[in-house]
Amino acid sequence: MRALLLRDLRLALRAGGGFGLGLAFFLIVTVLVPFSVGPQSELLGRIAPGVLWLGALLACLLSLDRLLALDWEDGTLDLMATAPLPLEAVVTIKALAHWITTSLPLVLAAPVLGVLLNLPTAGFLWLVVSLLLGTPALSVIGTFGAALTVGLKRGGLLMSLLVLPLYVPTLIFGAEAARRGAAGMAVETPLLMLAGISAATLALLPFASAAVLRVNLR
Amino acid sequence: MSIWEYANPKKFLTTSERVMPALWVSAAVLCTVGLIWGFFFTPDDYRQGSTVKIIFLHVPAALIAINAWFMMLVASLIWVVRRHHVSALAAKAAAPIGVVMTLIALITGALWGQPMWGTWWEWDPRLTSFLVLFLFYLGYIALWEAIEDPDTAADLTSILCLVGSVFAVLSRYAVNFWNQGLHQGASLSLDKEENVADAFSNPLYVCMIGFGLLFLALVLYRTGTEIRARRMRALMLRERMQA
Repeated sequence: MRALLLRDLRLALRAGGGFGLGLAFFLIVTVLVPFSVGPQSELLGRIAPGVLWLGALLACLLSLDRLLALDWEDGTLDLMATAPLPLEAVVTIKALAHWITTSLPLVLAAPVLGVLLNLPTAGFLWLVVSLLLGTPALSVIGTFGAALTVGLKRGGLLMSLLVLPLYVPTLIFGAEAARRGAAGMAVETPLLMLAGISAATLALLPFASAAVLRVNLR
Repeated sequence: MSIWEYANPKKFLTTSERVMPALWVSAAVLCTVGLIWGFFFTPDDYRQGSTVKIIFLHVPAALIAINAWFMMLVASLIWVVRRHHVSALAAKAAAPIGVVMTLIALITGALWGQPMWGTWWEWDPRLTSFLVLFLFYLGYIALWEAIEDPDTAADLTSILCLVGSVFAVLSRYAVNFWNQGLHQGASLSLDKEENVADAFSNPLYVCMIGFGLLFLALVLYRTGTEIRARRMRALMLRERMQA
């Protein structure tokens, strides 16, 4: 398992582009927001938590394409399926590698971009906490979407249609927690819900992803 | 003699064809009676005027929209567990009907909301979760369309339907938490003090049963079409093999 994780991490690091691409996309989205809604700093500060969450989510979505497709094309996925490691573990590791290479940098970059959007000082901590708790769910759900569409020629667009509705609850609770944190309100409830979603998806969705992958590899 | 007998496509086709004329007729009669009764023979509401009558379209459509997904969930489960092809095809056949019903509910809701709430759209829990349901339907249909091999498609869409159901319920509560709503609560129930007046509820019940029968007839009809389409596909494949 560790070998698989290290392999995925090394590939992501050395293949170039893929690693930084999500971050660059996040930056671009954040920079475009003031252009589209106007530069009033008071307004920006109010919408900053939601915008940052949305940007992180889209950047996460952008990188899902490569999650399984490359291994599918060169046949590595077939080898992994026949390896002694259960397929459920393989997809969990894949999701973990995706989280480390894509979501974690987004979490770390979010406060920096929060400065650009004039996020209130109280909000920084809760933004990071909510992203930390919520992004695992995004990665796991995304792995399921990637497994569903792995055999298709142009699966990327279809995958966003499949994955985005599944992202709704995570986005609601995550952005709500960040918004309440920024406004200085109590954040426990949305944070707990967010943690619950992450834990539940992490516990259940790998089975669905593995089942889907088995069908696709058949 | 058990219900699984109807998992045989031939048996399913002959039986459903025998039932369908009666279904079509009763659905048409009930819908016509219910809608005409509702639209022309009920009094105007003292606060909402005649716009209240849109519920005769809105409520049954919303009811079917949710239950169509539920039916797809059950059919998908049957496919996953027992691998009856008719079941998977019935789920496939129900999805477009569900989309249309969701759309009807959303549009009639908007038409009603404009004069009543002064807005076409409001980010209210019920409205928003219906919009999310609409997106789920779109994704489900798109996945069916995207995959060529019917068995693979049935497997993948079944799992998507199962996962989607969980998330649909989750979204419902998430959205509820996110915003408290404008949409009134349920006004039809058996055990509550305050119900819609009988003058409105009777034609509404007729409409709901009519829509239910219409849904049933449409699903049977479309499932039959799917079965025949699959047969044609099999025949054409065989011909190509021989050529």
